[in-house]
Formats: sequence, structure tokens, C-alpha cells
Amino acid sequence: MPDDLFRLTVTEAEGALSAGDISSVDLTGSVLDRIDAVDASTGAFLLVTAEAALEQAREADARRSRGDAGPLLGIPLAIKDVLCTDGVATTCASRILEGFVPPYDATVVARLKAAGAVLVGKTNMDEFAMGSSNENSGYHPVRNPWDLSRVPGGSSGGSAAAVAADECLAALGSDTGGSVRQPAALCGCVGLKPTYGRVSRYGLVAFASSLDQVGPLTKSVRDAAVLLSAISGHDSRDATSLPEPVPDYAAALDGSVEGLRIGVAPEYFAEGIDAGVASAVRNAIELLEANGAEIREIALPHTEYALPVYYVIAPSEASANLARYNGVKYGLSDPQAVDVDEMMATVRARGFGAEVKRRIMLGTFALSSGYYDAYYLRAQKVRTLIKQDFDAAFESVDVIAAPTSPTTAFELGGRTADPLAMYRADVLTLPASLAGLAAISVPCGFVDGLPVGLQLMAPPLQEARLLRAADAYERLRPAAPAPRQAVEA
Amino acid sequence: MTIDPGYRVVIGLETHVQLKTASKMFCRTSAAYASAPPNTLVCPICLGMPGVLPVINAAAVDLTIMTGLALHSEIPPHAKFDRKNYAYPDLMKWYQISQYDLPLCVGGWLEINADGETRRIDITRVHLEEDTAKLTHVVGDDGQPASLIDVNRSGVPLMEIVSEPDITSAAEAMAYGLKLRNILRWLGVSTANMQDGALRIDANVSVWPSGAEVGNAKVEVKNMNSFRALGQALDYEIERQIALYERGERLVQETRGWDEAAARTVPQRTKEYAHDYRYFPEPDLPPLSITRERVQGLAARMPELPDAVRQRLVGELGVAATDADELIEDRDLTAYTLDVIERHGGPAAEVVTWVLQDVRRLLNARELDVADIPIDAASMARLLGLRAKGDLSTTMAGTVLEEMFATGKSPEEIVAARGRQISDTDALVEIAREVMAANPQAVADYHAGKDRAIQFLMGQVMRRTRGQANPGKVTELLRVELGGNGGA
Amino acid sequence: MIDREQVVHVAALARLALSDAEIDRMQADLQQILQAFEALNALDVSDVAPTAQVIPLATVERPDTTEAPLSRDDVMRNAPRVERDQIRVPAVLTED
Repeated sequence: MPDDLFRLTVTEAEGALSAGDISSVDLTGSVLDRIDAVDASTGAFLLVTAEAALEQAREADARRSRGDAGPLLGIPLAIKDVLCTDGVATTCASRILEGFVPPYDATVVARLKAAGAVLVGKTNMDEFAMGSSNENSGYHPVRNPWDLSRVPGGSSGGSAAAVAADECLAALGSDTGGSVRQPAALCGCVGLKPTYGRVSRYGLVAFASSLDQVGPLTKSVRDAAVLLSAISGHDSRDATSLPEPVPDYAAALDGSVEGLRIGVAPEYFAEGIDAGVASAVRNAIELLEANGAEIREIALPHTEYALPVYYVIAPSEASANLARYNGVKYGLSDPQAVDVDEMMATVRARGFGAEVKRRIMLGTFALSSGYYDAYYLRAQKVRTLIKQDFDAAFESVDVIAAPTSPTTAFELGGRTADPLAMYRADVLTLPASLAGLAAISVPCGFVDGLPVGLQLMAPPLQEARLLRAADAYERLRPAAPAPRQAVEA
Repeated sequence: MTIDPGYRVVIGLETHVQLKTASKMFCRTSAAYASAPPNTLVCPICLGMPGVLPVINAAAVDLTIMTGLALHSEIPPHAKFDRKNYAYPDLMKWYQISQYDLPLCVGGWLEINADGETRRIDITRVHLEEDTAKLTHVVGDDGQPASLIDVNRSGVPLMEIVSEPDITSAAEAMAYGLKLRNILRWLGVSTANMQDGALRIDANVSVWPSGAEVGNAKVEVKNMNSFRALGQALDYEIERQIALYERGERLVQETRGWDEAAARTVPQRTKEYAHDYRYFPEPDLPPLSITRERVQGLAARMPELPDAVRQRLVGELGVAATDADELIEDRDLTAYTLDVIERHGGPAAEVVTWVLQDVRRLLNARELDVADIPIDAASMARLLGLRAKGDLSTTMAGTVLEEMFATGKSPEEIVAARGRQISDTDALVEIAREVMAANPQAVADYHAGKDRAIQFLMGQVMRRTRGQANPGKVTELLRVELGGNGGA
Repeated sequence: MIDREQVVHVAALARLALSDAEIDRMQADLQQILQAFEALNALDVSDVAPTAQVIPLATVERPDTTEAPLSRDDVMRNAPRVERDQIRVPAVLTED
């Protein structure tokens, strides 16, 4: 038995498990050893639940020996700490939720458990999923496995780094404005943001409710398809969950892009996009074209407004969503205080980090009397225009191709002094979030030893089409030797 | 209270009503919190834990629409929920899911009767929201002042009925509240008990010098937990505001609480910035489309409302207005009475009198609800039939009714055992003559002009017949047999 | 665009007890961010309907049925302080 089982993809591991070559206990043990070896460098995890994971692995092996099977049975996965886990601390990387132990599982977590997945731990993130570099974690930053002086992206930086450094076979993240796709691009893994409503949000700690969506980070597109099939589908506990049936997404991966109409919008290659990144993405698009896809130029004229629209709407919703953290019911508190009002305001000031406070302030202001129409309502209207851009574009194309992130991974501390510069890291992922589209980031090469992501976007509920295109690209992608990860040193 | 004619009183009422649903507004935890020990009816959703989502309880929407229909509101085809942000420790999420610009019911009116006048009070809107947890201010175990939170009430469906500022006196406000409570009970949408907080009425009160323009300032008066308190608080507040003007002061906008013990309203300490609610559409809940079919279906499910029943009782059935008013206070008793009226076929007024007096007295004595009444409407109707036929006197019928209550026997059974009323002239004449013969002094008294003597003789006849003689007939026969009345 | 007094007011609305230094920093940050938002004013949106949600759903309701609540232990487990089976908080000195 090879000693680097942790390097397997979900699909490969499932093959080995069902062939009886390995057990889930072997696989899980290998992953836990890998975490022991490298997590001090990456900081990807906030909590490793080794004992529970081995117990789940034994249970999975027992199920398999009874004839049970399934694509996730016995597969070690990591869960972003924004998802509630019954009996396991859930902090959203915030000091204000320190010590909080939910008495319930998020629907996606319950679905993974029912599928027999092994949950190895909770991954680090930007506090309450607010950030693009994972430097906003209330506990410790995450480092990019390709270059430990650089950020992994955010907010699902822990999940992306964990997948990239093989600290799990795959992970769940959450994407509000790019928080799965952007770190996937920066860490060189696959990140899928499903259609808004495709995956239940019940138990996903809310940041911006009209945008939040759970998505997988994986080592391959096929793995993303497998995970998506497992977590999506209607949930009666989420009134915004779509009732459409869930196809077998992996079954749709036929490797063909013949006749696929791919839209390319100049707005996604505009000023501010790193030349190396743009070139890697254009090469990827050309490769698809050379293999039968049809490339069409499209216009998405309201793209530039996505940033202000997002940074009005998301903080507004967040200002309400994060109001409940006040030291009364759970988390950080000060029971010895004399005046409850003072206690609540003080706990919030102590418990939230700078970026979270900034967004709460921004959102509170945007909704406040006298400013609602100028900010919140206007942003909602421009959101309509952004959505209409996509509706029009998808009349003539099947998917849209673009870079995921304007740059490769940047240095830790490089943008922390300038909030707007940090916000611009999401500029290419925000539009699809605002329109509720399905979108994926798939690795498409390296610039200066750092991964680049190709972003593909598809109309709502067209995940099968999106995954087919991404998988086809992955198969076509030149097998150039990847640079050695810093974490291997 | 008579209001100084030099002033004009403007009152608007905001009425919160807990709906009678099985589960809470946005989660499936039982809403039956009233009798539950603290924090035993709580789930992650009503506790406002991280990650939870609301799902609308269809029954709460239905009950709100029914209330709107009863109040003649328009039910618009589109409604939605919004988040109302305010920071108070009893509000678990620090926002309340409520309705801002698209409520379930718009407009409407309620007809009230106060100070001998019938008036329509306009309704602004009826909307749906969620109740808060219960906060109790205590001295903690360590001797320090503290507050304790019982989360059971959090998330119970709460309907808010907002009136226009059409109300001009405490009496009208009370009439409005009582009328509303009655309708809510008839609809079965709420227990509407003020004492346990299922019905809470807050008032916006402002008094203005007559002739002067009505300004914006108003005083919100809260914490009235009975109708008596509502009346007292408003009377007090009106007088207090008039006294302000008399002293040359101006009305200031504020919130005041009714202090029951001190019998006065007192200012509540609030934060000056507490009221920027920052409403925005609830992103967790898709909007509601209310179809015509749904509204029609609910209208069909609604019972006949008290005003309509009252009109029928008084107009068609000849029941006294005061009796009708008294009867419609109780929906179940009214339904029972109408059933008896229909089966009996005799005068409705008589049925109502029987129900309001005898039946209700027997129910009260046994502490029974109408639902548990031991005699069904059919038996009651037959009893009244026996009475109408002359088989029973009023007194006898009362006795039979009591026995029916006690034993559950049918009226026929009881009459068969006790015997019916004796109305036979020959039999009664014979008894009358015997009584007269046995009581010569009374006969002499009668002839001497003491009319009361006939009552004594009557009593003797009743004694001999064990109460079964027809009293009207006996009086008549006695007068004939006694001949001329000396005193007449 | 946003003066110090407004920042103090918004912090009070948001129930954040910010230090003076934080208020200063916040004012500068918000000023910069709101400036970037000015771009939105370039668009004429007078005839555009707002998008609050992107999903084509309406009237999602559930039947009025109940399920078991949490045990009281689970309700109280995360509470900072418990007394008489209730969550204890410091005294409420002002009404809402």
C-alpha cells in the first residue's frame, strides 16, 4: 500500500476503496498524518477532529463490508468553519463565536455524513467569510502551499489550502462573492460555486443571505461533480432552495466541447488584470477552441458596477445577519457586566475583527434612514442590470470564460492596509454571484510558479454543462510539470 | 370621562395578537408556550443560532388573511416579509421578521358602539411578524440586578392590527378593543386573552387644543394588560396632556408605560437612536403571492361574524338588542343558541332568555365550557317545546333543566317520572275548592280586600299538586271560585 | 460624504463600542469606500426594478406541523450564564 494515499482524488480513492485495495481507516490515517506534517506551515485548519474522523472511517469500512457503496463512503473531507457541525465547535474564525458548539448539523454536513464521508476537521477562513486573503481570520492566517509568504485567497482560504496541500481529499467552502473560486484559483485547485438555491444554506452561517452558496473545493472537476451531487437538492428548511431534481453530475462528463459556444467579454480582460493571468486564460480558451468550441465575443457592460453593488448589498445583509452576536445566548460574553446594553456593544467591539466591523458599519449606514434609497435600493437596481447583462449574453453562448482572479496569490500583508484594494481581488467573481449563476474555477497554468484559475460561468442550474466544459478543459490541459509546492520543502 | 370641549383627542391603536397555530411562525417548534416550563420549547431557529433559516407557517398567513377579511381589508396579490432591525436582548436575531411595505392586509374598518353612538374606526393594515422572548427583571442569585430570558415565546406568530388615529376617547378605544377581541375569538385565530399577553394593545395618544392643527408629536402608551387598564391609562394620559397645555407646556413625543399600582403613565427610558429600524426585504424568504382562490377558500371557511349574527337575532328573530349583545360575546354559546332556536321553532327571544339565564347559570355553577354542555341542542329544544305546549310551567321547566344537567336524562324521561303540569280545569277547580274549604281565614281576608291572600291560597294549591299546577290557570280559577273581591 | 458624527451614530445603531481611534480609522475607510460607490450614480436606474433575490420562487410555505424542540440542556449549553433555567444577562436599564 502506497504511503501517500493523501494525494488521491476522491474518485481515485473511491476506486481503491471499492476495489478493497485500501480501507477508509488507512486513507483517513494517511490524511491525518499529512495534516500533522504540514498544517503548521499552512494553518489551513482551525480544528482537526482526528478521533471522530477515525471513528467515522471505521464505520464507513463496516458499511462497505456490509455491501454498502457510494462515491463518498469513507472519503476524508474538510469542512469550512462557516458550516454548523453538531457537537463540534463552529467559530466562523471569529473570536465572538469562540467556544460555540452547535446542537445541529448544517444540511450539507448531514448529507455528507449520511453518504458516509469522513470529516477530518474545520478549516480556517476569513472571519464570517469576509475577506479575499484569509488574513481576516480571528485565529491565525492561512499560507498558500505554493508560496508560504503568500495568501491562499479567501474567504475559503483554509479549504483551498487544505485541498492544495493534500490535507484532505476535498473540502466544502462557501462563496458569497468569490470565496470558493478565488482561493481555488490562488491555490491551484478546482472551486465550484453552484447556482444560488441549488445547495441548501441551512446551517451555513449567514454572511449575505441573497448571495451565500456552499460549494466544493477539489483536486479535479470530476470530484467537484461528485460532491455537488451529494450536497445539492431541495431542503424544506431553506425556503430559497430550488426544487429541481439533482442529476448525476459526474455522469455528464463526456470530455467533449464540440459545438460548445463560449462567450468572452472584454470587460473581464480590462485594466487591472495581470498580463500573465490574462495570457494563461486566453491560452486555455484557445485550447478549447482548437478542440471544437466556438468562441464568441460578448458584452457585459455593467461588469464594472459589480464591485460597488456587491459592497453595498453584502454588508447591508451582513449588518443584520451579524446582529445576533451580542454575548447574550452564546459565544463571547461578559456576564459580570452591570448594564446589558453596554455589555452587548462592548462584546461586539471586542469579538469582531476590523474588516467585519467595517462591513457592519458600511451595511448599517447603507440601510439607515435617509441613505437607503441612495445606496441599498440603487445597488439592488444595478444588480438587476448586471443580471440582465448575463441573461442577454446567455442567449447566444452556453458558458462564459474569464479569469477567476485578476492576479495570482499576493504577499501576506500586501493589501491589508487598503480595504478597497482587497475588495478588488473579487472583481471578476462578483458578477456571477450577484446574478446567481453557476461558476467554477479550474487551474489553467502557472505564472511565476503560482497557479492561475480559469473561470467558467453558466446560467442558473446549468451545472452539468459547466462541469462538462471544465472537465473537458482539464483533460485537454497540457501536462506540464507543476512547480514544487513550498509546503513540500 | 367627559373630555374638555376645548381639546381634541387623537388615538391610534396598535394591537398585537398571538395566533393560535400549532407551530411557531418560522420554525416547527410548538407555539403552546403558555404552560411550558422555561426554555423547553426552543429550537436553533427561534433561538437565533448561527446558520438557521426561517420558513413561513402557512396557517399563520391564513389566519391573518381571515382577520383581514373580517375587518373588510383588501388582500393584495403580493406580500413579502422584511427584516426590522432593533437591538434588544429579548430579540434573538436582533431583527424581527415583519412586514414593511407589502403587508398581507391593507385598509378596512371596524364598527364600534361607544357613548351610545355607532362609529367606524378605519384600519390601516394587518401584518404578520414574530413574537420576542420573555425577559424578566429580577434580583439575581448573587444579589445583583439581572434579567432572565425564557426563549419559549420567541417566534410565536404575532399579527399586528394598526388602526388609523380615528379614536377620540378611552371609551371608544375600549369598545374597539372589545369588538376586535370578540371577532378574533369568533374567527378562532387567537385566544385573545389580554392577561396572558395573547392580545396586547398599545396606544398612540395626542391631545390638541380645539381649532389648532393636529401636530406630529404623540405619546406611545404601553403595558396595559387588561381592558380596565387600557381605559384607565388612556383617561389618565388624556388628562395629563390637557394639564400640560393648561400649564402652558408643549406635548413631547415619548413612550410611556402604564403603572398599574400607581395608576398613572410613566416615561420609559429609551435610547434616542433606537428607532431607525433599517427595514429591508428578508432575503431568506421568497415573496408571497396570495391567489384569489386562496382568499376565497378562506372566506368560505370563516364563520358568520358577530355583527351579522346580532343583526339576524334582533332584526329577523325579534331578540332584544341587549340580550343579543350579551349573547354574541360568546361564540360557542351563540352557536348553541342558534341551534336550539332552529330546532325549537318557537319564539327566539324566549330561547335566548333561557340560555342567558338558566343555561349559563348552570354552566357557571359547574365551571363548564359551552363545549362541555351536558345537554345537546335537540334536548334543550324539546324541553322548551314541552314548556310551550303547557306540559311544563316555567318553574317546572327550570327544575327539569337542572335535572337534565345533573343526570343527562332526556326531558321526556324526567317529565314522565315527575308528571306534567296540571292544566285540566275540572281537576284544578276541585283542588281550589278543597283549599278554600281548608283555609276559611284566607278566604275571609280576600273578601275583606286583602288581595295578597290569593297568593297564600295559590301556594297551597301548588303544595297539593307538588308544584305541577298551571299557575296562571290556578290564579284565574281561584278568582272565579272566590267570587267578588271585597277589596277591588 | 460621511462625517465623524455620522460614524458615531452608525456605530451606535450597530451597537459597536468603537474607540476614538477606531472611529477615526473607520471614518477614513468608509469615506474611501463610499467614494468608490459614487460610480453607481452614473447610471439612470429610474425605470429599473430592484433585485432582492435571484431565484424564481414565490410563496414558499410549510404546513403547520410541529417537531421536537431542543433539550433544555442544548438550549442552555452555549449560554454564558444560566439561572433558574433561564439565560441570565446583566440588568436591562433602558426599555426599547
